[in-house]
Amino acid sequence: MKLVVGIIKPFKLDDVKAAVQDFGVQGLTITEVQGFGRQRGHTEVYRGAEYTIDFVPKVKLEILVDDGDALAVAERIMDAARTGKIGDGKVWVVPVDAVYRIRTGEAGTDAL
Amino acid sequence: MLFDFENLNAGDTAWLLASAALVMFMTPGLALFYGGMVRTKNVLAMLMQNFFALGLVSVLWGLIGYSLAFGGDGPLIGNFDFVGLKDVATMYPPDPAGVEWFGLFTFPPVVFAAYQMMFAVITPALITGAIADRMRFSAWVWFLGLWAVIVYTPVAHWVFSPSGWLFERGALDFAGGTVVHINAGIAALAAVLVLGRRRGWPERPMPPHSLPLTLLGTGILWFGWFGFNAGSAGAANGVAGQAFMNTHMAAAAAMLGWLVVERIKSGHATTLGAASGAVAGLVAITPCAGFVGGIAPLIIGAVAGVVCFLAIQLKTRLGYDDSLDVVGVHLVGGLVGSLLLAFFADPAINAAVAEPGIFITDGGTALLVDQLVAVGATLVFSFVLTFVIVKALDVLLPGGVRVPEEDEETGLDLTQHSEVGYSFAER
Repeated sequence: MKLVVGIIKPFKLDDVKAAVQDFGVQGLTITEVQGFGRQRGHTEVYRGAEYTIDFVPKVKLEILVDDGDALAVAERIMDAARTGKIGDGKVWVVPVDAVYRIRTGEAGTDAL
Repeated sequence: MLFDFENLNAGDTAWLLASAALVMFMTPGLALFYGGMVRTKNVLAMLMQNFFALGLVSVLWGLIGYSLAFGGDGPLIGNFDFVGLKDVATMYPPDPAGVEWFGLFTFPPVVFAAYQMMFAVITPALITGAIADRMRFSAWVWFLGLWAVIVYTPVAHWVFSPSGWLFERGALDFAGGTVVHINAGIAALAAVLVLGRRRGWPERPMPPHSLPLTLLGTGILWFGWFGFNAGSAGAANGVAGQAFMNTHMAAAAAMLGWLVVERIKSGHATTLGAASGAVAGLVAITPCAGFVGGIAPLIIGAVAGVVCFLAIQLKTRLGYDDSLDVVGVHLVGGLVGSLLLAFFADPAINAAVAEPGIFITDGGTALLVDQLVAVGATLVFSFVLTFVIVKALDVLLPGGVRVPEEDEETGLDLTQHSEVGYSFAER
């Protein structure tokens, strides 16, 4: 199994959710996060004093998928989250050793 | 001097009572104005330092403050005639020989004492903006009480009492440019010089956490200021109406002045700029409110908006952490108003103007000299005494005046009051 992790622009969340649901993904987890990449942060000015805010709000999503689906799901996320402007985020895939469904005790692919 | 209730004018009395309530409302307004500008972890501490002034200073005013500010006819300070508000129901302080001042009042002495009390409350509260985020609450309690009695009451006596030496000299201060704004503004500077900078300032950004609160506070201040300035006419008359109009004109012009320079210098017209500009204008018109007319309030306001914006940029250059710009807005705004008054004071607006301003027909520089003396005396007296008070408290209080570093990082809300301002998630 794989864990597909995406960092996306918050306003793209609905599009990404629809795209991966359309693919057949059963569930996903999101977190509101802050960070910076090449986009860097932004500046705010209060009474003439400029503050650099390094961390930009983003949404992080995590989706557990079957090995064979991982790259396709990553593609779906990329297509849905892309605006073409700097700050669109990243997607990566990491291997997962084991997955269990807590209620039933099912393991592996059955637990997805 | 016994008040002759035959002279009571119901309209004047009603206006003074309403004005007292308006000025009272300014302190919670100020709390919100400042509260929005601090970080989330310090919002309650800021609100509390201000709100608490309504408690402590009011009690002290009743016990001794009113008497020290207005009792007797000495030039430097009052006396103990009105301790515990004794005789205030019927007695005014004596007028000095040859002057009729209290004798002309048409509302009872207790109304005057109540109205003046609200000024005593808000003046030290103004200082909280400078010392934000780093003073122990217990140290603030001591400072607040000592400052209200030792610094505020003498200056109020000098300027507002007809026997005060600055009043007798002919210096003009309609509603508290020197007594309130210059006094608190220079005290704020003295206090932060002893207290030191906030941890991390100026490297770490400390942006306001809620400008909506700040804007709400500004609206309340603006509203209350009509009582502060128009109430200072001491009657429901034409001078009160002029002061009302001037107050509003100056606030409006200062907002525009601030926003124009801000837009030019930093690219945007900001909400905080609109709020700060309006307050700067209100501060500057305070000494002038019932003494000027025509276009003067617009000029005074616009100058204050521009000058105060520029003054605020000084603190980073000079390296003192006046956190929410009490010096830049109240001290500088107070100076702008108190000195511009010497150019615009007009006997046609108010017969109490004995020395017309420089730009007025038959005007001269006599008033400017008096204004400079009044401003200089307030600056020196307030700076020295405030510096000594904070320094002494730092030595005498166990733990000093500043919170420990760890508490400063955690925030004053939790460490000083064991509360938090915001809890969105259920706990």
